[in-house]
Amino acid sequence: MIHNKTMIDQRPAPSNTLGPVAWLRANLFSGPLNTLFTLVGLYVLYLLLVPTIQWAFINADWIGTTRADCSREGACWVFVNARFTQFIYGLYPRSEIWRANIVFGGFFTLIAWLAIPRLPFKRWVAVFALVGFPIAAYVLLHGGYFDLPRVPTHRWGGLMLTLLLASIGMIGALPIGIVLALGRRSNMPIVKSFCVIFIEFWRGVPLITVLFMASVMLPLFLPSGISVDRLVRALIGLTLFQSAYMAEVIRGGLQAIPKGQEEAAAALGMSYWKRMGLIVLPQALKMMIPGIVNTFISLFKDTTLVMIIGLFDLLGIVQAALSDSNWLGFSLEGYVFAAFVFWIFCFSMSRYSQYLERKLNTGHKR
Amino acid sequence: MLNKKHWLLLASAGALTLTGAANAATLEDTVERGAVQCGVSDGLPGFSAPDGDGNWQGLDVDVCRAVAAAVLGDADAVNYISLNAVERFTALQSGEIDVLSRNTTWTTTRDTTLGLNFAGVTFYDGIGFMVSRDLGISGADELDGAAICIQSGTTTELNVADYFRANDMEFDPIVFDTSEQTVGGFQSGRCDVLTSDTSQLAALRIQLDDPNGAVILPDIISKEPLGPVVRQGDDTWFNIVKWSLFAMLNAEEYGVTSENVDEMTSSENPDIARLLGQDGNYGEGMGLEADWAYNIISQVGNYAESFDRNVGMDSPLEIERGVNALWNQGGFHYAPPIR
Repeated sequence: MIHNKTMIDQRPAPSNTLGPVAWLRANLFSGPLNTLFTLVGLYVLYLLLVPTIQWAFINADWIGTTRADCSREGACWVFVNARFTQFIYGLYPRSEIWRANIVFGGFFTLIAWLAIPRLPFKRWVAVFALVGFPIAAYVLLHGGYFDLPRVPTHRWGGLMLTLLLASIGMIGALPIGIVLALGRRSNMPIVKSFCVIFIEFWRGVPLITVLFMASVMLPLFLPSGISVDRLVRALIGLTLFQSAYMAEVIRGGLQAIPKGQEEAAAALGMSYWKRMGLIVLPQALKMMIPGIVNTFISLFKDTTLVMIIGLFDLLGIVQAALSDSNWLGFSLEGYVFAAFVFWIFCFSMSRYSQYLERKLNTGHKR
Repeated sequence: MLNKKHWLLLASAGALTLTGAANAATLEDTVERGAVQCGVSDGLPGFSAPDGDGNWQGLDVDVCRAVAAAVLGDADAVNYISLNAVERFTALQSGEIDVLSRNTTWTTTRDTTLGLNFAGVTFYDGIGFMVSRDLGISGADELDGAAICIQSGTTTELNVADYFRANDMEFDPIVFDTSEQTVGGFQSGRCDVLTSDTSQLAALRIQLDDPNGAVILPDIISKEPLGPVVRQGDDTWFNIVKWSLFAMLNAEEYGVTSENVDEMTSSENPDIARLLGQDGNYGEGMGLEADWAYNIISQVGNYAESFDRNVGMDSPLEIERGVNALWNQGGFHYAPPIR
């Protein structure tokens, strides 16, 4: 009898189960059907990617100032380059752009501050971001105070306007949505029916109708001496519309919280607002992060609809630039640029929400 | 006791009074504000579009600038409000803007039922045809049996059908949704002819790979006079807009340009002297200074300058003067005399 008491040394897995080749074999070429699909897929990808890359990079023109600098064989990024300032700031006067830059800088600093966990004073920064900053931004952008020349809102535009519409819409829609969601679950008949009617009305009409009403019908109802700024009209319409959607998303979260949670809080003697603010809402909001971010992203993209009421958001200013007779026929470049900018913002929002979900995960995930 | 009906009546009477009060004082409001509220399109090549520096440019924009020059002495004192086709009249009716200069066709319905007045014609537009140069076609009467690219949803379709029926010709319509698709269809040879308003044809032609391979036929088969619009009920303001346009046309007729306007102030020609305010004040009746037309011409230019700069031969659009020439040069533009 042979007793081998020494253990065999650990050895790496066989080479045909490791490395990229093995991965390829296991995932892409595991059988004749899979191999066929892989090859067809690669061929389709080749057909799509090669001309796209050639158009966007290899044959593209990057340097120049006029349409004569474009060979027309590939994309003419000269157009985007020449109009870049306008795409970002709209028709904001060139000499006053520093004001918009300060607002941009403040905006991104605040967002970064709130998003990066290591930085201190989160609570105070949040209060400033929600109260102080909007006022400061308005004073800076609109002017008329502290000797700043007035820049009327019809000159605002581009990415600046898109971000402004989206962030004010988000900041407004979330609290209104929470209140509406709580109201809809309330036992008080007047509060409840008001919330139900409000939500169902705003969810029942398309956003484009709301904007048209705000821009075409509303001025006719107001006496002609009084006119509400069209940006304000659009903002109110957008916020109310989105808050109805937000309310339903949050109500979904509220319903997912077991009733025992609220009852336990009540048994501890907590008032309604404490029960909601400390026990129910933190859990519900956390659970609804995907839904809330979903609504935010759709709001961000919906802001392009303000184009139909003559406000030049990012897409609107791209289209207006396309109608400059010096730059006719570069619509593809303009639209690709707009799509790219929108994608960057929406994708970052989506990534941040996934990070937030992981961070706030307390083991409730099913 | 007042019942609900009375309250409604009172409220509407109040609203009417407010409207009336605001309407009659457009000139005073404008002077007080220091800027003309002008409605333009949200981007139409050659007529109104922001340039690289964010300044509005175009033939329609120059009307706004002319009014601002006449009223305030500063052509840049304009607030441009961009409007789409649906809301343009509402914006004017509600007082958000005081002049609508947005390639708007002058029709009976618009002039008589909307409470608006058309203050003249800046551009005689109409449906025209663009054909490939290789076909060697020189007139619309040679288009029998042609395949025609049309953009859907516009009145173009109806007007073309009417024209072909009236002339006992046949055509094969190929309808597209957007202007890019229409150009693409023409370019790929799906149709021999592309039709649209002549002001648009030029913009479509630039988008072709080889703009010189296509010609725009001289024929125009429908009437689309485009012009500035104001509210009814303020005749002073109506006169100001109307005569701002006439001043530009008269300046062209007398050969006064933005270049030579300062020399022309000493001209012996009585027409020019009256135009430039050297012989009596013809702005008085409109509540303006004697140099109202001088300001327009020195800051905006005469009609020919504006036309050439924005849509004519000095612009990428290269639209011929054609029917938009002065009356004494074979066109339709005829401004009443200043005297």
